[in-house]
Amino acid sequence: MCSAGAARVRHESNESATIVSQDSYNAAPAALERRHQTIEIPMANYGTNEFKGGLKIMLDGDPHSIVSNEFVKPGKGQAFTRTRVRNLKTGRVVERTFKSGESVESADVMDTSMQYLYSDGEYWHFMNPETFEQLAADKTAVGDAHLWLMDEAVCEVTLYNGQPLAVTAPNFVEMTIKETDPGLRGDTATGGTKPAHMETGAVVKVPLFIEEGEKIKIDTRSGEYVSRVK
Amino acid sequence: MSWRSNASLANLQAGARLRRAIRQWMDAEQILEVCTPVLSRYATTDPHVHSVVTTTGHFLHTSPEFAMKRLLAVHAESDTATAPDLYQLAPVFRAEESGRFHNSEFTLLEWYRLGMNHLDLMRDVERLLKHLWKAFFLPWPGICVCRYGVAIHERLGLWPEQLSVEAIEHYFERAQKPFPNAMGQDLDAALDLFMDEFVLPDFSSQSFTILTDYPVSQAALARLGEDVDGRQIAQRFEVYFGQVELANGFHELKDGDTQRQRFENDLVRRRELDEPIVPMDERFLEALAAGLPDCAGIALGLERLHMVLGKHDHIDQVLSFNHARA
Repeated sequence: MCSAGAARVRHESNESATIVSQDSYNAAPAALERRHQTIEIPMANYGTNEFKGGLKIMLDGDPHSIVSNEFVKPGKGQAFTRTRVRNLKTGRVVERTFKSGESVESADVMDTSMQYLYSDGEYWHFMNPETFEQLAADKTAVGDAHLWLMDEAVCEVTLYNGQPLAVTAPNFVEMTIKETDPGLRGDTATGGTKPAHMETGAVVKVPLFIEEGEKIKIDTRSGEYVSRVK
Repeated sequence: MSWRSNASLANLQAGARLRRAIRQWMDAEQILEVCTPVLSRYATTDPHVHSVVTTTGHFLHTSPEFAMKRLLAVHAESDTATAPDLYQLAPVFRAEESGRFHNSEFTLLEWYRLGMNHLDLMRDVERLLKHLWKAFFLPWPGICVCRYGVAIHERLGLWPEQLSVEAIEHYFERAQKPFPNAMGQDLDAALDLFMDEFVLPDFSSQSFTILTDYPVSQAALARLGEDVDGRQIAQRFEVYFGQVELANGFHELKDGDTQRQRFENDLVRRRELDEPIVPMDERFLEALAAGLPDCAGIALGLERLHMVLGKHDHIDQVLSFNHARA
């Protein structure tokens, strides 16, 4: 969970999470004893000297990701670490300054590749292609990514405490145009564009020669047309 | 993992030229070059400077200051008239310092001038810097002076010793700047951050600034005295280029008892901060008791000076191998 060999990592037993087996209703007393063994999962803390871009930490009860950090120290004085951090729930970037030696709790955040299955209108369902485990992400987590979600698209799902926090669509998707104005045949040079409506509801500006029913490649990061797919 | 160097050949050549120009000036000024041990059984007590400890229980020095002052005391004891000024280009080591302007191992140019006070020493640094700028065919960028207490008073309406951590935190809040949660009642730390956030950015970005007349609480190894308005201050200054701290100069404290008291205060502070308790340099204290001549001394970060000369924005650019590749 945290880097090995780091000098200031602290594993404190009083901050450990305790997991107790729940499934013990019908168990015999002896088995119950056994099942009640507790498993200690240490929560890691990061010292300021371990800060680096991308590190996930807890601040004010929300998971944050470090965007950038700078070590500040007057020759004879106190050292500080000045950071810019992104709140992973709201996406907002704020500045925070830490005294050197301060430690902050790590955030149980991980990015995993998951396959998009379907949407039931309220939730978007994803599956881990290795474990076949399924998860449902709500509107807040999916955000604008819903415009690019097609069957079986492999997305980056950011999990916080095992729950989807954010969904990032693949960088490039291929989609069929559902509706657009008639094409201007042969016009490949003027560079004009027109709006095209996709099956997912996304609207992409395409060159004038593109026709309804054609398949195109789109860069989801900018929402821009890349090329025709043949 | 990379086995290659951080600095380009051009930067290694500029580094060599810089050291040559420094030695040239020191020779012309008849300042004697010395080498003192890098390994010592004693360490700095400064609560914010972390020594590297070896398996033999020795400490890698964080500055050659104690040993050089012992030499000054020895020479003054035998014959004050012939005692030379001293300089050293020393590799020094500070654990846990790493960043754009920090590398755990770096080079200090440290020199001592007999009979000078901190004001004389400011002019001395200026003369060296002018010599170096000339050696690199650069126009002299100019130098201005900023007084620590005045800079604080202009912005907060109070003198450093009248301030509280809360007053400084309040200023940060109004300016919508982040203030660490863990500041506690550490006024000097809060002042450090205030200087960095609100005073240094006002320094002229393309010339030198000397920050002087430090609060008494930050005297370190400098004498106490009065500023031009009769306020008590530490006779200490720092040299900046833009916001980059280059050098730290003192009118050196001679009184051994006061020095011991400051070391002990440091150790108390270390205990509060949960920092290791290190042995204070008893041989240095003995030398002070025997008699340090009146002098002023300064330590200048060589790599940072090189960065400023070459307009480099990361210390790695002037290091053959940075700490990560060492």
